[in-house]
Amino acid sequence: MSQLSAPTLRSLNNPPTPAWSPEDLREEFPILQRLVRGRRLVYLDNAATTQKPRVVIESLVRYYQELNANVHRGIHYLSERATEAFEQTRRAVQRFIGSRSAREIIFTRGTTESINLVAWSFGRQFLKSGDEILITHLEHHSNIVPWQMLCQERGTILRVVPLTPDGELDWMAFERLVNEKTKLISVAHVSNVLGTVNPVREIVRVGHAVGAKVLVDGAQAAPHLPVNVQELDCDFYVFSAHKMYGPTGVGVLYGKEELLEAMPPYQGGGDMIASVTFERTTYNVLPYKFEAGTPNIADVVAFKAALDFLDQLGMEQISAYEDQLLHYALQALDEVPGLVIYGRPQYRCGAIAFNLDGIHPHDLGTILDQEGIAIRTGHHCAQPLMDWLGVAATARASLAVYNSRQDIDELIAGLHRARMFFRL
Amino acid sequence: MSDLKELYQEVILDHQKHPRNFGSLSDATHRQEGYNPLCGDRIIVYVKLLNNRIEGIAFQGSGCAISTASASMMTEAVKGKTIEEAEALFHAFHELVTGKPSETSACGKRPPLGKLAVFSGVREFPVRVKCATLAWHTLRAALMGWQGTVSTE
Repeated sequence: MSQLSAPTLRSLNNPPTPAWSPEDLREEFPILQRLVRGRRLVYLDNAATTQKPRVVIESLVRYYQELNANVHRGIHYLSERATEAFEQTRRAVQRFIGSRSAREIIFTRGTTESINLVAWSFGRQFLKSGDEILITHLEHHSNIVPWQMLCQERGTILRVVPLTPDGELDWMAFERLVNEKTKLISVAHVSNVLGTVNPVREIVRVGHAVGAKVLVDGAQAAPHLPVNVQELDCDFYVFSAHKMYGPTGVGVLYGKEELLEAMPPYQGGGDMIASVTFERTTYNVLPYKFEAGTPNIADVVAFKAALDFLDQLGMEQISAYEDQLLHYALQALDEVPGLVIYGRPQYRCGAIAFNLDGIHPHDLGTILDQEGIAIRTGHHCAQPLMDWLGVAATARASLAVYNSRQDIDELIAGLHRARMFFRL
Repeated sequence: MSDLKELYQEVILDHQKHPRNFGSLSDATHRQEGYNPLCGDRIIVYVKLLNNRIEGIAFQGSGCAISTASASMMTEAVKGKTIEEAEALFHAFHELVTGKPSETSACGKRPPLGKLAVFSGVREFPVRVKCATLAWHTLRAALMGWQGTVSTE
């Protein structure tokens, strides 16, 4: 299990010193310069979506002002340039997650669509009645519902790995649940609520030993940890651009080439075909086979600026910095009277879920918002996890590179004021 | 902070800490579950209806300060009222918290809101309107004999 958390371990043992400070980075984000309710914005809802650096916003504007044309079909100058920029992002994604080939990178609308694509295409091609799909108790609804829909249609069985009281995957239960009927394991790399970093490399090893394929939901990992899909050896890896400083409306599906080749197209239309007659259509090659219709060109192009931004900061450095800040936040939160933190996983990143005794998270969210502090409250699209925690809702603070100790201090001060307000 | 004080008035905080008519009603004639998917809050409203009049009312559930206080004060406000009077009060309350005319605003005079007027601060917090109206929607559904769970969405 240990090598899975290698990035976190490395960062703890030998923390690389970032060549940047969060205060400098904050300057790069125009929205962080604005006031919210007359106060400095403390943005701690990064697991929902991150803010966008100036380079990403400028890239979007530049695309529409200088490059806009449809891709993969025009003979004219702009179409050529737009296609080039679009495909450059694909290669940047390939490098960013260390995949073998750019043909393995499919652009989607987001993590949710990436998972639905696999459920629809892989599921209907390879899963049959009685086969088992294994997920965990901490999954986001987007990694539960597509599989339930598939199970209803195919008679496939959904199994769920329980958690330990600390909010980690129950490894013994996992090993017991994996069997020769397990055809797919779909698991979050990082929990969007507890912040738990799952041992995905080990999960892949165990899954492959019985012939199962493994999908890793990296939506909450890609912004925080170095990811290498060849090292993980997972079969699918999915994530969203907007949670890693990129634009909304762009997701990535990485799949091993031989698998993607064997899978039928997800949607039919333009761009995904090689030739069409009314009798017969032959499909385009990878990755275009899975990209029907005009893609989200501008946002894909601007996503490259976000990847360049992350590359410049260095994922190792980001991971090390955020790890320090996370532990600073955990320690500070622990000192707030009546505050309960949900989950104490050994390896964690990104999110901290908590509640204040005597204050409903919804009220807490309103009170903090009045001071320009943005957190998330609710069930975080993880109702089964809420049931496991025995609560209807929690508050959640989630970190990004531009957050500093000042943000955490302001959150803590806000929590104290909320307690005073409710006379606690 | 002044908006917050307006939202969380003393009376509201008091009803949140000590909700009135909290629990079930053994001789209820109507029972309705309400759900706010935004925050996961659930509420059950029990009503004992006799000759078109709300003889008894109680609620159960866990929610935020606004939804708990609203449910608590609603039970006090509608006890002893006829269905029509409760309905008129719902529309008056809805107008108060949304700041917009209710669907039947053309149908004449609004009853006085009395203590319920403390919820006027909610209109400055649009995302919290559903917290304030969850109990009321649930009561309405109970009186109309709806099936299933009523949702604020």
